[in-house]
Amino acid sequence: MSGAPLLAVRQVEKRFGSVLALRGVSTSVAAGEVTCVLGDNGAGKSTLIKILAGVHRPDAGEYLLDGEPVRLSGPREALDRGIATVYQDLAMIPLMSVWRNFFLGSEPVRGRGPFRRFDVAAARRTARAELAAMGIDIRDPDQPVGTLSGGERQSVAIARAVYFGARVLILDEPTSALGVKQAGVVLRYIARARDRGLGVVFITHNPHHAHPVGDRFLVLNRGAAVGEYAKGEVTREELTTLMAGGAELDALARELARGE
Amino acid sequence: MTTAEAARRDERVARVSPVRRVLVRPELGSVVGAIVVFAFFAAQSPVFWSVSGVSNWLDPASTLGIMAVAIALLMIGGEFDLSAGVLTGSTGLILVTLATRYGLDVWSAMAAGLVFALAVGFLNGLLVVRTRLPSFIVTLGTFLMLQGLNLGVTKLLTGTVQVGGLRQAPGYEGARQVFAASVPLAGGDFRVAIVWWLAVTALATWVLMRTRAGNWIFAVGGNEQAARAVGVPAARVKVGLFMTTAAAAWLVGTITALRFSSVQANAGIGQEFTFIIAAVIGGCLLTGGYGSAIGASIGALIFGMADKGIVFAGWDADWFTFFLGAMLLLATLTNSLVRRYAEEVRR
Ligand SMILES: Nc1ncnc2c1ncn2[C@@H]1O[C@H](COP(=O)(O)OP(=O)(O)O)[C@@H](O)[C@H]1O
Ligand SMILES: [Mg+2]
Repeated sequence: MSGAPLLAVRQVEKRFGSVLALRGVSTSVAAGEVTCVLGDNGAGKSTLIKILAGVHRPDAGEYLLDGEPVRLSGPREALDRGIATVYQDLAMIPLMSVWRNFFLGSEPVRGRGPFRRFDVAAARRTARAELAAMGIDIRDPDQPVGTLSGGERQSVAIARAVYFGARVLILDEPTSALGVKQAGVVLRYIARARDRGLGVVFITHNPHHAHPVGDRFLVLNRGAAVGEYAKGEVTREELTTLMAGGAELDALARELARGE
Repeated sequence: MTTAEAARRDERVARVSPVRRVLVRPELGSVVGAIVVFAFFAAQSPVFWSVSGVSNWLDPASTLGIMAVAIALLMIGGEFDLSAGVLTGSTGLILVTLATRYGLDVWSAMAAGLVFALAVGFLNGLLVVRTRLPSFIVTLGTFLMLQGLNLGVTKLLTGTVQVGGLRQAPGYEGARQVFAASVPLAGGDFRVAIVWWLAVTALATWVLMRTRAGNWIFAVGGNEQAARAVGVPAARVKVGLFMTTAAAAWLVGTITALRFSSVQANAGIGQEFTFIIAAVIGGCLLTGGYGSAIGASIGALIFGMADKGIVFAGWDADWFTFFLGAMLLLATLTNSLVRRYAEEVRR
């Protein structure tokens, strides 16, 4: 099922002043596949996906879309090229209703000239139908997004990206703030998006979430790639060890063992 | 209700009653406030609710309302404009000065005032989005600069602190008909500014609720970064909002100048907070992302009623600010309580 990569980065680097947030990282994602990016807090995961999403421009390295090197001018261009991102911290506008959020930035319009207006009825109807099609059951599309649970919010954001014809879906820690059951719900939507043929980049610091859905695993530590593995090449335990930097975890294990 | 209908309805939605639908509107606090204030002053003096009384308090409400609506849009978009009050003075001064001392007809002088206002709004917006400084500070700067300019230039040109004589300028009568006429109706004397106020409120409401720009205004005020990330042109929205506020200031400055035919160099100063207060009474959050144009209009109505009502009741006008302070606290308290209640039930 693995084809030519939709999106790839080669040896990208990003600095913030004197902080080298990312150095020499390469990865790719193909249609109908899930690439997981794992790493502890501060490993550079969000920085990497902000490069993929066009928010940051890499200071070095290549960005390839369908094999062609590109330079994105910003998130709008990334969106127009079919790369949709659901951010960890800035997914939606809490005070706005579900349907207003669903169409934010890509509102359907009707009418001409000065009478061009937001087709509110169509937006309400479509949002409800699309959410239902993804198996997301929102009680009332008029309710403010702030009143949804974390899992529901992520699910709405995923459904939105799928609806707007994303080819690549980037998710920044969609499950990290969620309970076990809610995380399961979001993982199911990730699998559903993948089955619809999207390439998914799934960022997490939880190997238990990554391992069941991932086709490829990139492990980051302190801004650098520790390794990249295909499904079957690596176990969940190995991922855990890699993420923490093996030696550190061994040391921790010994330290905790003494206290018993 | 048919069975099919019942099945389609989600059992977790405890049918949202019409009452609750009303309660979650941002303008609720102001509507309650307006009714209370009306009842209160109507009980004090029968003149208050006579036709001439009504036309009397609609007059200050109208010009304030135009500004409050514009400021409400800006506040929903997450910004403040402290220069809006003094800008009503600046545009009035420009109109009178150009039409009386530089030979322009009134319409051209008005156009010049509009260009100036839009330039100030554009500059305010540009400074805010480029520097990312709080608009409170940026527009405080423009406020002080305009205040200085208004006084300095007026004194330089006239040697006094006012310009006048607009009545003699060519085109005055036509412009006055459009912006500052008064229409006798059923014993009252209604200002045409009331029509402008209603039109501005209707237009702003339509833009907010039924256009893409409206969706973007709520979004940039609610969470600018999230809005940007889905492709909302946040900078353009904000600059547009500052220019809209400036255009409203021009409209009010023009209405006032045409009405009195003269403008004081300190006109409009001190009004900037009144606009914000009216918008907040009308349900705007200080933190942005929430509010309503109709609410701001009703906030202005409360101001108008209190302003004239105190006079009708025969009290000292000094009580006005005390009264406003109490209104502000009450309305915001109602708003926050209602919002909490509404969100609780919706979970
Ligand atoms: N805009 C920024 N300015 C300065 N430093 C940043 C910025 N964004 C991220 N960093 C730094 O880069 C490093 C990686 O951060 P991030 O990519 O957010 O990590 P993760 O998402 O894996 O937790 C951190 O040390 C962080 O402080
Ligand atoms: Mg992160």
